[in-house]
Parts: sequence; structure tokens; C-alpha cells
Amino acid sequence: MDRFAHSAANLLVGNDPGLATLECTLTGPTLIAEHACLVAITGADFDPRVNGAPAPAWTSLFLAPGDRLSFAGRREGARTCIAVAGGFEADRWLGSLSTNLMAARGGMHGRPLRAGDSLAVAGDVRKTLGAGRRVPEQLRPAYSDHTLHAIAGPHLKRLDPDSRALLFQASYKLSSNSDRIGYRLEGPRLAVTGEELLSFGLVAGAVQVPHSGQPILLMADHQTAGGYPVVATVVSASLPIAAQLLPGDELRLEVITVESAQKMRRARAASLETIRSAET
Amino acid sequence: MRIQPLGDTALLAELSTRLDTAINTRAIALATALKKRRDVRQAIAGYASVTVHFDPEQATHDSLGAAIKRLAAKRPPMAEPGRLHRIPVTYDGPDIAEVGERLQLSREKIIEIHSRPIYRVFLVGFVPGWAYLGPLPDELVLPRREIPRTQVPAGSVAIAARQSGIYPLPTPGGWHLIGRTSVKLFLPDSDPPCLFRAGDRVKFFSAQS
Repeated sequence: MDRFAHSAANLLVGNDPGLATLECTLTGPTLIAEHACLVAITGADFDPRVNGAPAPAWTSLFLAPGDRLSFAGRREGARTCIAVAGGFEADRWLGSLSTNLMAARGGMHGRPLRAGDSLAVAGDVRKTLGAGRRVPEQLRPAYSDHTLHAIAGPHLKRLDPDSRALLFQASYKLSSNSDRIGYRLEGPRLAVTGEELLSFGLVAGAVQVPHSGQPILLMADHQTAGGYPVVATVVSASLPIAAQLLPGDELRLEVITVESAQKMRRARAASLETIRSAET
Repeated sequence: MRIQPLGDTALLAELSTRLDTAINTRAIALATALKKRRDVRQAIAGYASVTVHFDPEQATHDSLGAAIKRLAAKRPPMAEPGRLHRIPVTYDGPDIAEVGERLQLSREKIIEIHSRPIYRVFLVGFVPGWAYLGPLPDELVLPRREIPRTQVPAGSVAIAARQSGIYPLPTPGGWHLIGRTSVKLFLPDSDPPCLFRAGDRVKFFSAQS
């Protein structure tokens, strides 16, 4: 879900940004190192610990055999990300290492991890990096600011003028009926006009408005096609922020231009490049 | 054609707003041509549109939009007829009686009309293995159910508006369930993992006859 945290965690331990990491929602696991390894924790803050002592997030950490990585409890955000040098071993399905629970494929045999699982390191560790590499605060997404930037969607004109104004002014709350497929947003009802659309290909970040008038923000596991009007699309630089929202959190959509969105995307890419090239 | 941003790394090119085989053929041909470009990561044909994911390091909305217009102006290559799938259906769905009542048709008549055409696979999507089939004969056109079911069994054969479809997995759904089939549409260990591909043809037949 949080691609920035995923890429940053990989880069901190010297991996390519696309290797498999662990995504932990709301609570973190307890992991015991069977071999010495370099790990990094990014994304949400679940108060990481090594052998019970507080350990820094957004920093590469060395674990000796027998060391215990655990999490004391959620402090901010929804999903924390754990990377290991060499990447976690995972099933590849349709070109991806991520887990698809509906199809029961990818990742750890298509299922969530459970107590007793043994996680292997996928590859040779190409670069030997030291512990203590850190992502400075100013390069991390500002997770506490729940303003999601969005570009006007292809069907924005299907909202009546009042609803169009509301979409970018009102505050919306994430419903408890939200998951990796999409977030249902609770707030002012939006009025859609016109005939039903023919189904078309969708993207993560799309804000759909079904007949109920309550918008849905599509996330990482979104359906590939749909026919509800897309009135806005949350930009790629804001998706990591969205990924860290929880049911009950308030958010606001702020409309920006395509050019501003490109600038924000380049800034995120530059942050990752800084992490990649940083010396210990 | 309307070309509009779908976020900062994708765009939606809408060829038309009509459900039409010729337009769908153009959309599929355009998506195929776009997939060959280096600045395009993925192109997905809809009923009458193409959603294009691009590499923002190599293209902008404007440069790609211009390229799409040039490609769309070309005559599409002659589409080869898609593969024909014959699908056995047991027409005993939980909604067949209600559909018959609302349309004033007997069960036998519904079976006859539904299994008469050769349907086109307009697009594959929604959930893994789902295919939008059409056009459904006018005699069977009904809006979606007022209240969608929270769980539809896998293999259910359904109709809604001018479309028909088969639920590949147990999912929520708002279409009218008129029958079921044992044919597996989602094949997770095949590549591609879906039995139907856009442009394929589908013929239903009554499994009891």
C-alpha cells in the first residue's frame, strides 16, 4: 500500500526497491533472527524494539543470531514495513511477489503470515552495508497531514455544481468498511447526474462515486475495471499518506494541477534517490 | 475522442459512449498498439475506452495524448475472430422466476433467448476471471437488482442491462442470477489466468437438453 515506505525500507538495506518486504497492518509481528541480518522498518510507527529496547525506525539495524525484533504498539499510521537485506523469499505470481488473498497466490503461498512461519532471505546480499543508515525526517512523507492531493477526474462534470464544490471542501471520514481494495468515505452525499457509464480500466487513487453518493477511494488491491464515475484521482505522491489512514480518520481532498502533481512525484523520487546514494 | 488525466501517471482515452462491437474492436487494437510503446507501462481496453499507464520519466499527458490521437486515426488491423467458447448452463438460478415475471417470459423462453446469440467478450476485469459479455438481446434487458447480494456463488450465470456474465469467484454482485455453469473461468496457475480474453466469443447452451 505505502510504496514509498516499501521502497525506502529496501534501499536502506541495499536492496532493489522492488524486493519483497513485510507489510504489517495495525500490529507488528515478533521476529527472531536465525542468522545475522540487516533490516529496516519504515512506514507507520509501531514502536519497534530489538530485544525489548527501543530501536529507531527509518534506519538500518543489524540483528545478530537470536535477536528479537518486536513492536510495543501502534503510535501513528496503519501499516509498517519491514525489509531485510537480500529481500524476503516469496512466491511470484503474474510478475509480482505480493500476496493476493482472493486468488490465494503470491507472497507466502497466498496467505497472511502466521506464528511459527519461517521467513527465508531470497538472494545473496550484493552490497554489504553497515547499520545506521537513516532516512532524515524531511525526506519522509508527512503522514500526520491528512490532506490528499488530487487531480480532477474524467467524470467530475457528472457531479452537480454544489457537489463539485463539496468534494474539495468537505472533510470525509474513512468508514470501517475499508480495506486494501478501497476506502469508503463518509461525509456529504454527492449528487451524480447522467446515464450509467460503460466499464473502463481503473487506477489506484481513483475516487469513484456510486449511486449512494458516498465516494470510494480505490487503493492497491482495487478492481481492474468499473463503471462508476471517477470524479478525482489522488496523485501518486499522496498515496503513501492515504495508505497510512485508519477507519475513523478524517481526510480532505485538495485539487491540484497535473504540473504540481508531477513536481510532487519528482520530489518523492528524488528522496528515494538520496536514500539510495547515501553513504553510511 | 476525449483524453483526460487519470492521476499523474495514467490517462483515460474515451472513444465513444456506446456499447458497440466495432468500437470495442478499435479500443482493443489501440490498447495493443499502445502496449508496444516504450513510454507505456500498461494499456487496458474498456468497452469503448483505453486506460493507459505511462512512465512519467518518458512521457507527459500531452505527448501521449497526441500519440494516441495519431494511432486512433489509423485504420485498425483486421481483427481476427476471437476464440469460441461453448459454455454449458443449468438454467435454475434463484432469479429466473422473477426475471420471467418482470419480462412476461416463460423459463423456456428465457433459456432460448439467452442461449441464442454468440456473445462477445468486451472486456475482462472487475475480479479475476470476470468477463463482460454482450450484447444481451433486448428482450432480456433489466436494470441491476435494487439491493445487490453480499455473496454470489462462483459459477453463477447472470444478466444485467445489455450484458451477461459469469461470476468466477464468490463475490458480492447485483446482477440477476439465471443459471450456473461448472466451467472454471479463473485459472490461477495458467498464464493468462483467465479463460476468456477480450475479443473472444461465447455461446451458452442449456446443459439439460
